[in-house]
Amino acid sequence: MQKIEAVIQPSKLDSVKDALVEIGVDGMTILEARGHGRQKGHTEVYRGREYSVDLLPKVKLEVVVTDEMLDRAVNAIIGAARTGTIGDGKIFISKIDEAIRIRNDERGEIAL
Amino acid sequence: MRVAVVKVYLALLLTLVGGPLLLGQKAMAQAPATAASATPADRLAALEKQAADNATAIATAQTSGDNAWMLVSAALVLMMSGPGLALFYGGLVRKKNVLGTMMQTFAMMAVITVLWAFVTYSLAFGDGNAFIGGFHNMFLHGVGLLPDPKYAATIPLQTFMVYQLMFAIITPALITGAFAERMKFSSMLVFMILWALFIYSPMAHMVWGKGGFLNAALGGRIPCLDFAGGTVVHVTSGVSALVTAIYLGKRLGYPKEPMPPHSVVLSFIGACLLWVGWFGFNAGSALSAGTLATSAFIATHFGAAAAAVGWSAAEWLRQGKASALGAISGAVAGLVAITPAAGFVTPMSALWIGLFAGVFCYFMVVKVKAWFSYDDSLDAFGVHGAGGTLGAILTGFFANSTINPIFGAGKPTGLFEGNWHQVLNQAAGVAIAWTISIVGTLIILFLVDKVMGLRVSVDDERDGLDLSQHGEEGYDWAH
Repeated sequence: MQKIEAVIQPSKLDSVKDALVEIGVDGMTILEARGHGRQKGHTEVYRGREYSVDLLPKVKLEVVVTDEMLDRAVNAIIGAARTGTIGDGKIFISKIDEAIRIRNDERGEIAL
Repeated sequence: MRVAVVKVYLALLLTLVGGPLLLGQKAMAQAPATAASATPADRLAALEKQAADNATAIATAQTSGDNAWMLVSAALVLMMSGPGLALFYGGLVRKKNVLGTMMQTFAMMAVITVLWAFVTYSLAFGDGNAFIGGFHNMFLHGVGLLPDPKYAATIPLQTFMVYQLMFAIITPALITGAFAERMKFSSMLVFMILWALFIYSPMAHMVWGKGGFLNAALGGRIPCLDFAGGTVVHVTSGVSALVTAIYLGKRLGYPKEPMPPHSVVLSFIGACLLWVGWFGFNAGSALSAGTLATSAFIATHFGAAAAAVGWSAAEWLRQGKASALGAISGAVAGLVAITPAAGFVTPMSALWIGLFAGVFCYFMVVKVKAWFSYDDSLDAFGVHGAGGTLGAILTGFFANSTINPIFGAGKPTGLFEGNWHQVLNQAAGVAIAWTISIVGTLIILFLVDKVMGLRVSVDDERDGLDLSQHGEEGYDWAH
């Protein structure tokens, strides 16, 4: 099992979600986040005082998939979230040791 | 609507009853056939009675017209405090202080009202000397439903009293912008009560009270023109705000930590409510629903609009963008500056006053504050103190006897009409307001600080006023 954490533009959430559902990903978790990579932020001015806002609103998506599903899922996210401009986000992948369905104690891939 | 109905009623009354009266001679000449039995004395008595009835009916009609407008105006001015000012200020602070900031204004609506009934109305508008009223009207003793012709001949004195109360509420509430995010709620209450007693009451008495030192309409020594409170409301609150901001010191982390407004949207709604409420504030200060109210209404609106243009233009030139916060701040600055002048100036003069105020207050808020590096958190001084001072002085330039012949018909009023002395009178009024505000506020701050402390603790300031002073939060993200 693999966990995909993708930080994406908030405006791309719907198309990413649709793309994942289309290839058969059942569950996902969405977090509203703030952050920046190389993109950095912008400046805001209130009554002459400048504030640099370097943490921008992002959406973080967490999906755990089976090993064979991984590549398709990653490609789906990339395909749906890319605009080609700076600030499109990042994807991190890590191994998951165990998954447990709380309702009936199912374990492993069946719990996904 | 109500005024229109009253006017129709009046017109009908005049044609039905007044018409025959005016043509009395003729009507009497044709009357003998119907009133052959009545003696001339009887007829005269009947006519006199009719004339007296007419006079009463006309007075009653005018009272209901004027009173309708004044009650609406009083409500509009209260709306300026809550929600207007509360939203305007509430949006400008960080979100951990939103309720604490709004509550400071709301507390004025409650506390100052009670105090007004007890004593401050009497001190401001009761009979007294040139500087302060007396105690005759304490607990509203003698403040009834009959008019007091010295203040307003066509509305009940209680309407006048409650209308003036709304001014007494918003004035201290304006100061709260200077010490936002760091003053103890308890100390704030005590400070404000003392401020209402020792600064607002004498200042209101001097400018508007019977025999007041600066009262232009009721024979003051120095006739200072202040239609709706440029000195009484804005200079006193703005200057006291500056003193308070300096005395309390900067907010923790200012100016290093970012402290941007948490919701310009709230401030935007608040500012728009202020603009609308200001029609009650200025046009209502005519204390009647006649042409003077119209004149003040127009000046108010034009002043606000021109100042929004002025501030935005200055900002656009300097920073390359016109912000929403800049536009609404400009409008408020214009409303402040036009307050003493409304009811004395033409619409074109109002545009000029507004334009000057917009640019001037922008400069005060953006440049001057940074030069002296005081933490007037929400710019109560930069907008109200500076705008009020500018407006009071400019009133001396632009006041026009065709709009308001306060010194007698045809007598020049402002400098542009040839009465250069009026600018000195205005400067004297401003100087007195500045002096009483600086000295009085300093003494009150010192006393309250010694007895109970002014600032919240460092921990409380970090947690925010909502949690530390009121035990609640403006926004609950958890549920």
